[in-house]
Amino acid sequence: MNASGPQESAQPNRLAGAGLIDRIRPLSFQFDGKRYTGFDGDTLASALLAAGVRLVGRSFKYHRPRGILTAGSEEPNALVELRSGSRREANTRATVVELFEGLEARSQNRWPSLALDVGAVNSLFAPIFVAGFYYKTFMWPAVLWEKLYEPVIRRAAGLGRASTEADPDTYEKAYAFCDVLIIGAGPAGLAAALSTARSGARVILCDEDFLLGGRLNGERYEIDGVSGPAWTRQVEAELRASPETRILRRTTVFGVYDGGMSGTHTFAALQRVSDHLAIPPAHQPRQRLWRIIAQRTVLAAGALERPIVFGGNDRPGVMMASAVRTYVNRFGVIPGRHAALFTTSDDGWKTAFDLAAAGVRLAAIIDARSVVAPVLTEEAKRLDTRVFCGAQVVDAHGSRALERITVREDAGRLSQLQIDTLAVSGGWNPNVALCTHLGGRPRWSDAIAAFVPGDVPRGMAVVGAAAGSFSLKDALREGAAAGAAAAEATGFKSVKHREPRVTDELTAVVPLWCVSESKTKAFVDFQHDVTREDVALAAREGFSSVELLKRYTTLGMATDQGKTSSLNGHAIMAALTERAIPELGTTTSRPPYTPVALAAFAGVHRGKHFKPTRLTSGHAWAEGRGATFMESGEWLRAQWFAAPGETDWLTIITREVRAVRSGVGVCDVSTLGKIDIQGEDAAAFLDRVYINLFSTLPIGKVRYGLMLREDGLVLDDGTSARLAPQQYLMSTTTANAAKVMRHLEHARQVLWPELDVQIVSVTEQWAQYAIAGPNARRLLERLLGDAIDVSNAAFPYLACAEFSWRGVTARLFRISFSGELAYELAVPARYGDAAIRAIMSAGEDFGITPYGIEALGAMRIEKGHVTGNELNGTTTAADLGLGRMMSKKKDFIGRVLARRAGLADANRAALVGIKPTDKSARLYAGAHFLTLGAEVSLQNDQGYVTSVAFSPMLGHWIGLGLLVRGQERLGERIRAHSPIRGGDVDVEVVASVFFDPEGARLQS
Amino acid sequence: MLLIECPFCGARPELEFVYGGEAHIARPAADADLTPGQWAAYLYARSNTRGVHAERWRHTRGCGRFFNALRDTTTDQFIATYEIGQARPPSVPAQKIP
Ligand SMILES: [Zn+2]
Repeated sequence: MNASGPQESAQPNRLAGAGLIDRIRPLSFQFDGKRYTGFDGDTLASALLAAGVRLVGRSFKYHRPRGILTAGSEEPNALVELRSGSRREANTRATVVELFEGLEARSQNRWPSLALDVGAVNSLFAPIFVAGFYYKTFMWPAVLWEKLYEPVIRRAAGLGRASTEADPDTYEKAYAFCDVLIIGAGPAGLAAALSTARSGARVILCDEDFLLGGRLNGERYEIDGVSGPAWTRQVEAELRASPETRILRRTTVFGVYDGGMSGTHTFAALQRVSDHLAIPPAHQPRQRLWRIIAQRTVLAAGALERPIVFGGNDRPGVMMASAVRTYVNRFGVIPGRHAALFTTSDDGWKTAFDLAAAGVRLAAIIDARSVVAPVLTEEAKRLDTRVFCGAQVVDAHGSRALERITVREDAGRLSQLQIDTLAVSGGWNPNVALCTHLGGRPRWSDAIAAFVPGDVPRGMAVVGAAAGSFSLKDALREGAAAGAAAAEATGFKSVKHREPRVTDELTAVVPLWCVSESKTKAFVDFQHDVTREDVALAAREGFSSVELLKRYTTLGMATDQGKTSSLNGHAIMAALTERAIPELGTTTSRPPYTPVALAAFAGVHRGKHFKPTRLTSGHAWAEGRGATFMESGEWLRAQWFAAPGETDWLTIITREVRAVRSGVGVCDVSTLGKIDIQGEDAAAFLDRVYINLFSTLPIGKVRYGLMLREDGLVLDDGTSARLAPQQYLMSTTTANAAKVMRHLEHARQVLWPELDVQIVSVTEQWAQYAIAGPNARRLLERLLGDAIDVSNAAFPYLACAEFSWRGVTARLFRISFSGELAYELAVPARYGDAAIRAIMSAGEDFGITPYGIEALGAMRIEKGHVTGNELNGTTTAADLGLGRMMSKKKDFIGRVLARRAGLADANRAALVGIKPTDKSARLYAGAHFLTLGAEVSLQNDQGYVTSVAFSPMLGHWIGLGLLVRGQERLGERIRAHSPIRGGDVDVEVVASVFFDPEGARLQS
Repeated sequence: MLLIECPFCGARPELEFVYGGEAHIARPAADADLTPGQWAAYLYARSNTRGVHAERWRHTRGCGRFFNALRDTTTDQFIATYEIGQARPPSVPAQKIP
C-alpha cells in the first residue's frame, strides 16, 4: 500500500451478486481527491452510493448539502466537475456519467471543502435571497454593482468551473435518414423497434443510456417468463441482426425541428461517442451531433418520477423511489440501511418490496392516501413492515445527510423515525418535451394527475409512459402497435406478432404536491434552490402566471429545465391562487432536452476550418519567392514580395511599381471571377445584363462592361471576351465573383428562361497571370514563340485568343489594370505552377519583377480604375463617370431605375481624384470632404475618400473619392477630414486619372 | 431542417437550398411604359402571405436550378414544388396526418 496516497475505500453498500454490473472488472476513480472503486457498468452516482458517499455537492444559492436524487438525466443535485486540465467539464450529472478507470470528479459550489462550506452562511441570509432577488437587486444603486454585488453574487452562484484551455478533442456532425425513428429504448420503444424492424423499414433506435432497456433495467419485471434485462438482450440481438436497423446508444434526441413534407421531421441528437472513456480513441470524436430525418417517429421517452415538496426534502438521503429501485436492481447498491418510503402512488410500493427482496426491511411505508389497495398492504404485512396510510412526512432532518423524519400520522399525531434513506414517489410526469418543441401544448390528465401529449408533431406517435400509460403491458402493446403503424405509413407491411405475457401491476396515484405543515425549507426546484415560500411570495406579489412565476423565482430555469420541479411549482401556485392546474397551463420546454456542449454544435468548424482558405495554383511559387500573403475574399493572395533586406512595405511597393512601369512585372490574377457563357443567345444575354452592348463585340476581342442591379446601382464591373460566336468569357472582381454568378443564374433561369444560354463558373479551372510593363511583349515573344503572334498589329489592345502552347490550351487577353502595355495569360489551373515558373524564366533577362496586390492597387489608383471601394453598392454608373456607357438601344437590368429622380440627381457625389496640397501629407481612406472653412458637421459633409495610395510615379499620396458635384469642381481646394485616423489634410480636386491619362502606354 | 423536393433531384436537405423570394413576379417587358413607382412595386412590393405562399427556391448546392414552391408560411410545410414557367398549382392546404 502506498503510504502517502489516499486510502482506497471499500464498497459497504454493494449487494452481493445483483445488478447489471461486471464484477470482474473493477474500476478505480477519485472523488474530491479520495480514491474509490466501482465496477464496469456503474455510473459515478451508483459507485459513490456503493462506497457510502451521500454528500456530493452544495446547492446553487444556499450552498445546502446535496446528494443524489435520481438515477437519470433529470438529476438536479448531483452536479460534479469531471476530469481535469483541458478536459475539465463543469455541471456533469453524476447519475449519467459512466464510470471509467481513472475518472476524476470534484464537488462544486463549496469552499474550502464539501463538508465545511463557508458559503452555507448564505442560508442565514436566506431572506435576501428569496424570489425576485435579482430583479430587486437591479434596483439598488447602480454604482455598487460592479464592485460589490456582482462579485459577491458570482462567487455565491458558481455552477462549476469551465476549463480555460482549448478543448483537445474533436467533434463531428453526421446525418441520417430513416423511415421510422424510435426515441427511447425502454419496453415501449423496444416493442416499437421490433415491429418496425420486422417490416423491413429503415429504423433508428436512440437511447440516452448506455444500456438498452429503460425501466426494465431498474425493475424486477418478467416478460414471457424471463427477466426484463434478459428480454431486452433477446430483443437487442434480433435488432442487431436486422440489416435496416441502427441502434444508437448514449444518444439523446434533444430537439424536434422542421420537416417539410407530410410527417417528416428533423431531429437533433447528441451521441456521446467517447464520454465514457478517459480520452477518445485515435480518430474518434468525443461527441457526434446527428441530424436525423425521419418520416415517422415513435416517441417512447418514458416518464419522470416527481418529488413531493416537504420540509428538508433536499437532504442527502432523500431519493426518488424509482431511483432507489434502479440502484438496487440495476447496480446492486443499497442507498442506505435504514430506509422508509413516502408515496402517494401504488408504484412507489415497489420500492419497499424490492428493498425487502434485497434484504432491507423498511422502517415504514408512509402513504399519503387514506385508502390503499389491499394487495399492497397485505404484502407489506407479510414483510412485517409498518404502514401509515393517510400520513405525511412533514420534515426531514439531519446536518449533512438525512438522520430522521417527522411523520404526521392519520390521526394527526407526530412521530419521529431514525432513518438514513427516504424513498419518495409523488407520481409520474410523462416526458412530453419532444412533443412540444414544434409548439404543441400538452393536455392535463386527471387520471394520472399530470400533463400528457396534446397536439403532437405530425407523424409522431407517443407510446408507453410518455403517453401516460404506466403499466408494462400497455407500454409493450402501444409500442408494438405504433411501430407497426409507422412501418405501414412508410410503405412497409407490418408483421403481426404475439403479445408478450407480463404480470399486471397497479398504477393508481392521488397527487400530493406539497406538505402544508412543514416547518423547514421545502424545495420545489432543487437546482435553483426555489422553495415553496418563493412560490408563495410570487403569488403574493402577483407573479402568478406560469411564465411570470418562472422568471420571478427562476423555477425551471436551471440546466435541468425543471424536469423534476416545474409541475410541483405550478400545482402549488394553482392551489395558492385557487385555480385548477390545467387552467394555469404549463411552460414551454425548448431544445435541447439536456445540455449540449457548444463544441458539438461547432463540430469540425473550428479555427481555420470555419471557412476554407483558397490557394491559387501559383501559391507554392509565391511562397518560394518570400511573398507576404493577405486574405482577399476566401483567397490568399500575395500582398508583396520583399527583396532581401527590405523591411518597409512602402519601399517594397515603390520598387515593384517602378519595376513594372519601367520594365516588366508579373502578378497572379487567378482569383478574379471567370464565368464561361455559351449558347445561341449568349450575346443577347450579355446585352441584357451589361449596360453596354456585347452583341457587337467581334470575335477575338475584349470589352470592358458594367453591370447594374435592377434598382439602378452598380453591381460589378469587368471585361468579357468573345472567344467564339456563341461563347463569351466574363471576368468579375474577386470579391463579387459568387454574387455575380448568382445574379446571372437568376437572370437566366427566372427572368428569361426562354434564352438559350448556359453559364458555368470556371474561376478555379484557370490560372491567370498579368504580365505588364514596357517589356511585356518582348517577354511574351520569348515565352510563347511561334504559338501566337503578339505583335501590336496582330494582337492589338483588347485582342484575345485561345491557342495551343506546348500542347496545352492557353488563352491570351490584351487587357491592362496597371495602365501599362499588358497581357493576361491563362492556362488550365493544373499548369499554373509551371506557367509562372516559365514566365519568370523567360523574363529573367528583362529583370522581371513579381508584384503583389498592394502594387497593383497603387497602379490602379494612379490610373483611376474603380474597384470594390467604389463599387460599394451606393454608386451609379454616372457617379463613377461611366454614365455614357449606358446603351439607349436596348433594355438591360437597371435601365429604368438608373434614371429615377434620386439617382439622376446632379447633386450626387461623383468620382474625382485628390492630391494633397502639401505633397508630404498622407491621405486616409474614409476621410470626409468639407469645403474649406466649413465647420465639421454632418450637414457640411461633401462626400468621402474611397481609396488612397502612395504614388511611386508622382512621389506623393493620391486618392479617389466621391465628392458632391465632383466633376464640376476640378481644381478646387477642399479639406479631407478623418477624425478617426487623425488626418486633416487640404487637398486639390483633380481628374481621377493621375498617370498617362491618354493611355498611350497600354496602346503601345 | 426541412426536406425540400427539388423537381429535378428529389427530396434533399434544406441546407442545399437557398430561398429566392416570391414567385410569379414577371419582370416588366422592355417596351412597357412604366413609371419608376411601378418599377419600384415590381422590385419591392411583396404579398407577405400568411398561409400558402408561392416562392422561388434554388438548389444551389445541388443541381443549381431555380424552381417554384408552395409553402405554408404558418407551418413551414411544403405543399408542392414545380418548375419555373409552370402555372401555380391549386393551393390545397396540407393534409392532416394523424
Ligand atoms: Zn436539384
